[in-house]
Order: sequence, then structure tokens, then C-alpha cells
Amino acid sequence: MGTQEIVAKCQAIFDDLNFTVAREWKAAKPGRKVIGFMPVYVPMELIHAANALPLGIMGGGDSMEVIHGDAYYQSYICRIPRSTIELGVTGRLDFVDMMLFPFVCDVIRNLSGIWKMMFPNVVSRFFDTPQNFDEKIGGTYYEHELLELKEAIEQATGNKITDESIRNSIKLYNENRKLIWSLYDLRAKEPWKFPTWELYLLMRAGLQLPVDEHNQMLKDYIAAAHAEDKPRRDNSRIVLNGSFCEQPPLNLIKSIEMAGCYVVDDDYVLINRFLTEDVPLEGDLLKNLSTTYLKHSVETSCKYVPKEEDKGKYLLNRISQCQAEGVIFAAPSFCDPALLDRPMLSHRVSENNIPSISFKYAENSGQMQPIREQAGTFADSIKLWS
Amino acid sequence: MSAEKEAVKDESMLLQKAMISRNYDAITSKHETGRKVVSTFVPGNLNELVMCFDMLNNLPEINAIQAGMRKLSGGYIMEAEKGGHSEDVCTYVKADIGQMARGNIAPNGKPFPDPDILLLSYTGCYTFMKWFELLREQYKCPTVMVHVPYQGDGHTTQNMRDYIVKQLKEEVIPTFERISGKKFDIDLLRELMTRSAKAEDDLVWVIETAKHKPSPIDAYFGAVYYVGPIFSAFRGTQEAVDYYKVLKKEIQYRIDNKMGPITPEGEMKEQKYRIVVEGPPNWTNYREFWKMFYDEGAVVVASSYSKVGGTYDMGFRHDPKNPLESLADYCLGCYTNRNLPTRVDILEKYINDYEADGLLTNSIKSCNSFSAGQLMMMREVEKRTGKPGAFIETDLVDPRYFSAANVKNRLESYFQMIEQKRRGVKSAA
Ligand code: SF4
Ligand code: SF4
Repeated sequence: MGTQEIVAKCQAIFDDLNFTVAREWKAAKPGRKVIGFMPVYVPMELIHAANALPLGIMGGGDSMEVIHGDAYYQSYICRIPRSTIELGVTGRLDFVDMMLFPFVCDVIRNLSGIWKMMFPNVVSRFFDTPQNFDEKIGGTYYEHELLELKEAIEQATGNKITDESIRNSIKLYNENRKLIWSLYDLRAKEPWKFPTWELYLLMRAGLQLPVDEHNQMLKDYIAAAHAEDKPRRDNSRIVLNGSFCEQPPLNLIKSIEMAGCYVVDDDYVLINRFLTEDVPLEGDLLKNLSTTYLKHSVETSCKYVPKEEDKGKYLLNRISQCQAEGVIFAAPSFCDPALLDRPMLSHRVSENNIPSISFKYAENSGQMQPIREQAGTFADSIKLWS
Repeated sequence: MSAEKEAVKDESMLLQKAMISRNYDAITSKHETGRKVVSTFVPGNLNELVMCFDMLNNLPEINAIQAGMRKLSGGYIMEAEKGGHSEDVCTYVKADIGQMARGNIAPNGKPFPDPDILLLSYTGCYTFMKWFELLREQYKCPTVMVHVPYQGDGHTTQNMRDYIVKQLKEEVIPTFERISGKKFDIDLLRELMTRSAKAEDDLVWVIETAKHKPSPIDAYFGAVYYVGPIFSAFRGTQEAVDYYKVLKKEIQYRIDNKMGPITPEGEMKEQKYRIVVEGPPNWTNYREFWKMFYDEGAVVVASSYSKVGGTYDMGFRHDPKNPLESLADYCLGCYTNRNLPTRVDILEKYINDYEADGLLTNSIKSCNSFSAGQLMMMREVEKRTGKPGAFIETDLVDPRYFSAANVKNRLESYFQMIEQKRRGVKSAA
């Protein structure tokens, strides 16, 4: 299989707002369940261990017309909750057995309550991750939360989660993260061979496919991309930051590249590489999930940074690891986490003489021209002055 | 320009004004007195603990409100936006940061000293976390966080409580001991909490007097003053206990004489509509906003905003017998830390218990904690109570988002709607 074929498959999954792949997976065998979750992070291992499919829901994108959802949200709230409600009221999520709303911001948090009221037959849960990263304090709390989540999943799915099944799931997700991190490394090395929009579609497919299938797909893609020759352009190398929740339209992702920027790191679809190291397979597995989250996870706006000197460090490290020449801060309109974080991150970046630009988008932004121009000018200025 | 009329003030208001001035004076003279200053938030305010270390409590939200009421916040917000802060985020944060950029002058005209510590009590609002990361960047001072889990399923758990207590014991208290040089004294904490509970009893008595007809208080515009001492730097003090004694006397007098609330223009005479309000008020046009209500004979009988710093009317009291656990329960129970179905239940109960005519939502443009989901909440309350709801949109301290004409129109048609509904019920009966 060539990259084109794989990407076409991912594109079809991405375009399908009826989630047919997930529906078919569920229908294929009795006892299978589907658990939906919102960005940014939930422990997918526990879902998988209950013979359930973790289904990542990233709003409705730019192809879905929002009719009902707008009646639930004022104009000054980002778009993802309204398009998610639209998915719900139009029956597109009617096969989902349970919904998880993780700690991201107050919009997702409040959406968990709306879901409880609107869809009383679906088990809806807010999933709180700790903001205290001491193993004895935040860790102990989180282990209990994981245990509660495990029990809630067991109840919602009717399937027992054994240690053996968690271990097996962790193994598969460790592999998934390893493959994804290696793909991200490969792109940073040879971005012309791994266009960001293709990578993005692969990541999105991972939100619907069973993890073992996704692992195979990633391996196939990596092999195929290596074998193909793609022209190398004189693009500037940039890191993209701020797009961890509501996603930009695919066209926007393409536009940045077309404007002369190689994206060498980004924070799209963060869930599938949120943990930066393997979760150990020995000992207490919930504790392992907890400790890996506390000690080895990405820095993003929905996590508190306890020490001032560490603020922005992760971004700076990624910039240097990926040999980026600039940063594009791209945040959804009205996004508290990204927009409140931005001044601090942009200070860190400029203190280190790294150029940056920023803009806002919505998942249904239509006009790409201004963004293309802005990104193009930025790419040119990097080339000119570096 | 016509000069604003001097507002009518009760003794309790004068008392509170003096308390606030004394606190600002104490804060701005910290270099002379050597007392340490803690910055923290209203929800999850750990005032008794702060007092155990003889530190002073400075609340940036209250400073933003003060700036809003004194018409300074607009300039501060623009200053912050010029400095790279987004137009989309909470205007309290920008008012605070802009104020800093312009010399950080306290309401007493003296510069605010830098805080000695930021106590990030994370209760019910995501913005708090970033706000103090932003302040920490400026002040470069120690910061300690108390992460309060959200009541996602509508109740608290022992795990949540243990998590908070552990943070208090192992992080907050040792940090405060280090900064203040004072040893923690749990008996002092108990003593302060006994006073808190006394004042809380009285506050509940006050806000529940709105069940009377006519209501002797306005439970939104007026309640903002009534909750002041407990929500800010005075919970646990004798001053707060004394304040509520005076306030109770004033309100009892009004009940005995069938009087209405005291507005800035004197006693409100006619009470045609009894309203429950969801969401914070607008501060930049506070008096104008209130006037739109009392001019139409609308009195607010219950509000959710007066519960942001503690839901005492639902039974919670600081408990000197279990001091740290009780601080944890306090933080967990603040209004915006409760999930939306619970918020709907609370509003429904208010409509029924206070025999209100309907629910008005004042949706704040830049506050996702309150605003995200309010349309759904309003519809649900309407459905359950059969009472009409209305929705207006303003901002906290950004004057650009207060459109007086729009708000007035909307309110007038809402009151008419209530009138029609009443007539409809009468004619059907
Ligand atoms: S886009 Fe931002 S504000 Fe909106 S739900 Fe996501 S994190 Fe929250
Ligand atoms: S609760 Fe609302 S107004 Fe208060 S800090 Fe949070 S976002 Fe701002």
C-alpha cells in the first residue's frame, strides 16, 4: 500500500460524521461497546481493556452544518461544544454507550453536565486529572480516580476489566505511542516526506480505529513514506501551538504548508502521544498509569505548571529537538486555555529570540487567504533573517 | 456631565466600607508593618488559614470589581490587550494585569505592594489557574496551589476531600509557615472558624429574608454587599460577626415595617416582580443596571452569584471540629464547582422557595465558568417551573460590552412577559 491509499482511507474516516467505522466495529461482535471522549486526555487503556472502543470526538469540523447546537451556546463560546451537541442531537452518536469529558476547561466541564441532562440514557462522566504532580498527593488522588473510572466503565459496558486485560491494552497503547512519536520524529527530520496534513489524518483515524489496526496502519504508512520520493522545498521549519482541543479545518493545516512552512511539531490530537514514555507493565497498573501521567506527559494549557522556571520549557525543548525556526500560535477563538497561555509562551519564545506569529481560527473557518498570507510572510521573514 | 447623586447608605454599608478601607490600608502599608500579603481568589478563599499566619488577604477579583465600579477597568483592559492579552479572555484577569501595568494603585491611592505569596485556590474556574501563572510570571513570588476537584457527578467523594486536605497539610501550611515565620496553630484555626460559622448563620438569615413579601432585601444587587465580609478578607474576624449583627437589625426593621430594600436612590417602594438571577452582575454600570430593575418594580429574591464564595444557604458551615476537612468541603461546595444539573436544581428550588416570577440570566461574555451552558440551564428551569426565563448579555468589567439600551429593552419586555403570563393564568383560572 502506498501513502496515498492509506491517507485516502484516513480521509474517508475523517469525513464520515456518522462514525461508520466505529459503528461497524461495535456491530461486528456482541458485547462490544463504544466510549466517546472529548479532548484532551483520557486513559484509553482502561476503555480498551473493557472490550470497548475509545472514540475520540473532536467536534463536527467544517463540513457539518450546526443548526441545533447554536441554540445552546452564546456567540462568545468556542465552536466545539455546539458542534458536539449537534452530533448528539442528530443521532450521530446514538451508538455511544458512555461519554467522558476530561479536565480541559470550563466549557468541556460544563458540557459534561449538559450531556447528562440532554442524554440521560448515556452514562456521562467528568474525568478529573490531578493538577498536583506529587506522587503522594496528586498521585494517590489520581489512582483512586482511575479506580472509580474503571468501575464506572465496567458498569457501563457490563465487561469486567482484569489486570491481564489492562496489561494487554497498555502494551498496545505503548506501541501506538511509540509509533506516533517515531512518526513525529521522522517528520521533524524530513518534513517533505511526511506532510503534516497526512500525519494529521492518520492521527484522526486513530481516534476511531481499534488500536491494533491503527498500529498496523502507522507501520504501513511509515514504510510507504520512506519508499516514496517527494520533492524537498525551501520551507521554513515551524512548531505549531495552541490547537490541542477544537481542531482547525483541514484546509487550514494544508494552507500553512502551502504558504511555505514545514510544521515540524504540533499539538493536534494530543491524546495519542500525551504520555511521552511507556507505561510500565509490571506491578500495580493503575499506579503505573498515574505515575506516567504525572511524570512523563506533555505540557499543555490544561495542565498547571507548578514552577515558574518550567513554564514553556516543554515548548522550547520541542523547538530545539525539532530544529524549528519559528512558532505559530494558532488557537481557537474564545479558547481560554490556549489564549490565556499564549502571552506566557510567547514571552518564553521571544526571550530565546525565536520568531512567532499568532492567529485564531474556528473549526469551520472558511477564509484561508489571510492565514496563508500571514504564514507566507512569516516563512519568508524567517528565511530572510535567519 | 451631570454629577451622580450621592447614594443612600445604611449603617452596615458604612461599616463595610470602613472595613474594606482598613484592609487596603493594611495591605499598602505592609512595608511599614512587616505583615505579609497573600493574593487569592474569592471561591475557595481560605481566609481563616491566612489569618492563622497573621497574613493579609488581597483578592484580585475584588480589586477588578473596585476598578470596574470606579470606571477604571476599561483602560486597564485595553492596556492588557495592548500587551498581548486576547480580547476573548476573562476581563478580571486583564483588569488586574492592566492595573499592574499602570502602577498598581489601590483604591486608597497608594501602590499595592507585591504579594509575598500567591495562593492559587483552584475552585470552580479554569481561568484561576492561568491567572496566577500570569501573576507569578510578573511577581516571581512563591505560588502554592490547592486543586479542588469538580463535582462532575453532582456530589463530593472522600477521595476529593482527602486530596484537598493533603494539599493543605503537606503544601499550603508548610509554605505559609515558611513565608510567615509562624507556626501553624490548629486551635487558632478552630477559633476563627467558630466566628466564621456565626457570621455564616447570620448571612443565611439575611439572604433568606427575601422570602418575605415585600422582600426587605435585593438578593443580587444588595446581596453583593451582604456577602462582602464573608467572601473576602473578613471571614473569621470579629468585625464580620459584628457587621452581620448590625445588618440583621436593619433588615429586621424593614421586615417589621413592611419596607423594601434600600437602593442607591432610597427605599424601593413597589415590588411588582420577584426575580431569580443567574450569573454575575456587570460592575461598570452597576447603578444604572440596578436602576433598570427597581424602576420597573423588579426585586431580585435569589441569585446564584451570591453563592460563588460559598453555598451557606444549602447548609454548609465552617466546622471548628474538623477544620481542614471543613475547608475542603467549603472549597468543593462553591457554586461554580457544582455541575450543571445541580445548578439547575438550585435555581429551580430558588424559584419555588422564593415564589419568584421567573429566572433571568445575565450571561457574562468572558466567563466560561458561569456562561457555558446557561441557555440550556434556563430552558430546563423554565420547563420545570413553568415560569418564564430571559437572557441578557453583558460583561463584568469591560464597559464595551454593556449596552444599556439593549439590556433595558430586554428587561422591559421580560417584565411585560411576566405580566402577560400572570394575566393568562388568571383568565384561565
Ligand atoms: S476549544 Fe478551548 S475553550 Fe473550547 S472547549 Fe476546547 S479547550 Fe475549551
Ligand atoms: S469565574 Fe468567570 S469571572 Fe471569575 S475568574 Fe473565572 S472566568 Fe473570570
